[in-house]
Amino acid sequence: MAYSDKVVDHYNNPRNVGSFGKDTPGVGTGLVGAPECGDVMKLQIKVNLETGVIEDAKFKTFGCGSAIASSSLATEWLKGKTVDEAAKIKNTDIVNELKLPPVKIHCSVLAEDAIKAALADYKEKQATTAVAAASK
Amino acid sequence: MALKFPIFMDAQSTTPCDPRVVDAMLPYFTEKFGHPASRNHPFGWEAEAAVDVARQRLATLIGARDPKELVFTSGGTESINLALKGAAEMYREKGNHIVTTVIEQRAGLDVCKRLERQGFAVSYVPVDADGLVSVDAIRAAITDKTVLISVMFANNEIGTIQDIAAVGKLAKEKGILFHTDATQAVGKIPVDVEAMGIDLLSCTAHLMYGPKGVGALYVRRKGPRVRLAPMMDGGGHERGMRSGTLPVPLIVGFGKAAEIAGAEMGTEGERLAKLRDRLQDIILSSVDEAFLNGRADRRLPQNLNISFAYVEGESVLMGLNKETALSSGSACTSATLEPSYVIAALGASAELAHSSIRFSLHRFTTPEEVEYVGQRTVEVIKRLRDMSPLYELAKEGVDLKSIKWKAE
Repeated sequence: MAYSDKVVDHYNNPRNVGSFGKDTPGVGTGLVGAPECGDVMKLQIKVNLETGVIEDAKFKTFGCGSAIASSSLATEWLKGKTVDEAAKIKNTDIVNELKLPPVKIHCSVLAEDAIKAALADYKEKQATTAVAAASK
Repeated sequence: MALKFPIFMDAQSTTPCDPRVVDAMLPYFTEKFGHPASRNHPFGWEAEAAVDVARQRLATLIGARDPKELVFTSGGTESINLALKGAAEMYREKGNHIVTTVIEQRAGLDVCKRLERQGFAVSYVPVDADGLVSVDAIRAAITDKTVLISVMFANNEIGTIQDIAAVGKLAKEKGILFHTDATQAVGKIPVDVEAMGIDLLSCTAHLMYGPKGVGALYVRRKGPRVRLAPMMDGGGHERGMRSGTLPVPLIVGFGKAAEIAGAEMGTEGERLAKLRDRLQDIILSSVDEAFLNGRADRRLPQNLNISFAYVEGESVLMGLNKETALSSGSACTSATLEPSYVIAALGASAELAHSSIRFSLHRFTTPEEVEYVGQRTVEVIKRLRDMSPLYELAKEGVDLKSIKWKAE
């Protein structure tokens, strides 16, 4: 099957591959998908605790070229957005940008799930830190 | 020698025609175009004589006593359909049970599924971790209603070669017909219908450097005389088992391919096995957690199938397919790639592996191509591993099975 030029570009030159320490302050981690389904995405954001802006994002993906491209694109889009803005990224935006065919839409859904999971993890960690600080 | 791209290493899907085959075929499109069933003029006689030569060559290749035992078809799929459906229908009075294996190619499995809907019972015998079917398991599956045993000769994905002679012996002992799907074996390794006790054998030209569109079914005429209900009614060609005008140029090509295979199989097999072993060595010596699928000492000389843990099959092929044609049986269900039921049938260890890649070499594969494909495969796997969260977790010592995965 033929891939769009953008998918091929992200596959050949994936942006922001890598990992942050999970416990680093301001880091939120999302791990979604399942090995037996053929896709697992780990997406991490690093939020500036002063401004609430996502300063950096990284991913690692096990999956087809479209899954790799979807998560690579997601990290590009996340950088520079506030946590609230990031929550507005939709899988359909990814589908349109990468011109994903219908059989690959699940890759974009997984990328959206990964963003949401990373944001939720970040928020949960902030809440725990706040509780810990308040109880001191 | 300079490399020519793309490199073809998917020769168990199809093979290129040998130029000698094409040369043999060409006159039969133009000046020698007669219908072999035209009995009253030289055009017909000439065509019939050419078909006879081809039939004899193929008979010689598979050890058939009589060339009349070969029925030409449109290919492997049709041969398998005719063998299974034809025998099932013909012997229905005798019984309604068929024994086959879980790793047959799709044609074999799909025909069995249809027969099941029509009231037949089918036992699908499992294979061991190497893809070998045990003769005892076949024996255990046989009932007093069994009319046919169908076991593939060599597997299309992992190349495992079954102990066909032992299955043939069992079939004889039980008085049950024995069909083998030998589409991947004929022309590659020795096949002998007499010595191996085969009653029905399916083969195809395009996997042995012949043209696409022609195959054959061997139908034993003596000890026992096998009868089949035809799938195609018409002029009564091919002893009434397969009506339709014979595609003379294709049959001539098939015959030429059989002749070449018979003469060159030994040296070609040795050459390909050496190249295949080299490819296997390049990859397995540089990539960790890569596993050979199939039985190392009982597989087709041109076949190499490796599972790579922590990377997904389609992404591996995407990294290679601009320059190398390979095929993947992914052990996972990424919407477009069906999971490989063959790899899944090998059991637990294979399921752990997330992708399986089949490399199949052919008559025109060069040592330079092998070196190139081997190195490129290693590069691509390493790159994808660097990108794989599963590889990262595994390297951290996390047991992937301990994670509660949130599937979509």
